[in-house]
Amino acid sequence: MTSSTGVLPGLLDTDAIRKDFPILDREVNGRKLAFLDSAASSQRPRQVIDAMSQYYERHHANVHRGVHTLAEEATALYEGARDKIAAFINAPREEVIFTKNVSESINLVANLLGTADEPYRVGPDDEIVITEMEHHSNIVPWQLLAQRTGATLKWFRLDDEGHLDLSDIESVITDKAKIVAFSVASNVLGTRPPLEQIIRRAHDVGALTLLDAAQLAPHAPLDVQALGADFVGFTGHKMLGPTGIGILWGRQELLQDLPPFLGGGEMIETVTMEQSTFAPVPYKYEAGTPPIAEAIGLGAAVDYLQSIGMERIAEHEHALTAYALERLKEVEDLRLIGPTTAEERGAVLSFTLGDIHPHDVGQVLDEQGVAVRVGHHCARPVCLRYGIPATTRASFYLYSTPAEVDALVDGLQTVRRFFA
Amino acid sequence: MKLDSMYQDVILDHYRNPHGKGLRDGDAEVHHVNPTCGDEITLRVRLGGADGQTIEDVSYASQGCSISQASASVLNDLVVGHTVAEALATGDVFLELMQSRGHELDRSDEELEEILDDGIAFAGVAKYPARVKCALLSWMALKDAASQAVQKEQERKSA
Repeated sequence: MTSSTGVLPGLLDTDAIRKDFPILDREVNGRKLAFLDSAASSQRPRQVIDAMSQYYERHHANVHRGVHTLAEEATALYEGARDKIAAFINAPREEVIFTKNVSESINLVANLLGTADEPYRVGPDDEIVITEMEHHSNIVPWQLLAQRTGATLKWFRLDDEGHLDLSDIESVITDKAKIVAFSVASNVLGTRPPLEQIIRRAHDVGALTLLDAAQLAPHAPLDVQALGADFVGFTGHKMLGPTGIGILWGRQELLQDLPPFLGGGEMIETVTMEQSTFAPVPYKYEAGTPPIAEAIGLGAAVDYLQSIGMERIAEHEHALTAYALERLKEVEDLRLIGPTTAEERGAVLSFTLGDIHPHDVGQVLDEQGVAVRVGHHCARPVCLRYGIPATTRASFYLYSTPAEVDALVDGLQTVRRFFA
Repeated sequence: MKLDSMYQDVILDHYRNPHGKGLRDGDAEVHHVNPTCGDEITLRVRLGGADGQTIEDVSYASQGCSISQASASVLNDLVVGHTVAEALATGDVFLELMQSRGHELDRSDEELEEILDDGIAFAGVAKYPARVKCALLSWMALKDAASQAVQKEQERKSA
């Protein structure tokens, strides 16, 4: 592939970047792979794979236990990863909790709020606020909390253009609200809602806020202190890291006040047969042997992202999204679901193609080496909102190229001919 | 294109002109979904015949991919006019084919064609694990609806 740098302003040197991602060299069904499914899970650079294998080959032992050399090396690598991630989101290291994924991060908070003391405890007279735009990870934990506590679940609706309708913000977030949880970037629509307005309203009525940043942390600078939220969750495998590792960030004084969640080794201070006292944060929320190699892998991913620069990555994806939006207009019967301009949106494009089912679209695209996501993207309410059973979704990342957008457009033309 | 082995003309024909589609009166109704892709089917079975064990009609409203739509159409061809037991036996053979992952079955091609007719066109789908559920959606719904209809019939008789 010839370099597209210079063709579109703002693009990264993807020729150089792609050399770091061995998988992108693959062929699929005899065609060059165009991997347009990073919103589901990104690929990893060699640097991440190497960091994890070096850890296993040279340094593995359990962390925070034992005084032997390997135990100390493993602990230093694991805690070093926490430092890297803390710096990446501009947070003190004590506020960075390792989880399994963003779903676990959100479930953790939802569970804490069900068992916490006042003023955090969610009870029968309280309200939980989410949005219609969420993926299931940020819906179901709150439904479960509402069922368990008798609290009322409320949500912001989506308008026809794929933006959150905040016109009734004062009746959605009332002084009964205890927690307001929402995505800072939609995994289906690409929408990025006005965070400040929602956070301000939540704090005005004394509610906590949780931001699901799974689709933002990989793609743009994330400064949790500047956001002013109480909790932020994201996941490693969407940001060049391994699976099995996620992050929950929370304000330290809040995490100290809240009760523990899972019990076990690592999260305790002292234990008798009758009772225990608990370790300070973040360890209070990391029971048992953690995913050590995965944390180290995520640390290496963060190093990689920062070596490119999050601003530059955001710029690259913005340019590519604008290009894709333009090119997709050439495809007859294609209906974009979500904002139609590259402003205030992420590099995620969901669409329908006439009445051809997304499964069929995805299958014929795969035959041409183009990998996209099809279905309801674990956000079924969004599909219901727009009266569609499912969509086809193309998503971009720092290694995506205009040539891959071209392959998508060509592929869609083939799909239309195939099912004509 | 390799895909042609999955998207046989027979399948595309059934997809474009589905047989028996639409909801009509029935003795039992079920709604099945494929949670991974959002395919849905509402399917009704009407029983009749001397012993009340013959499937007189299978009607359905569905949305989904070409594979799930075509499969419902083929199902309609294969089971209407047959007894519930025959229909379920045909369904078992179809299931066997779909779980073959493209490997040879113990049955001969002639025997399969005899039982499944247009249904053998789905052999190619078996090589795509993600799509097998699409092909089986209507058959699972039929199994459920038929057993409910039979149960109702028995309750009616014993009442």
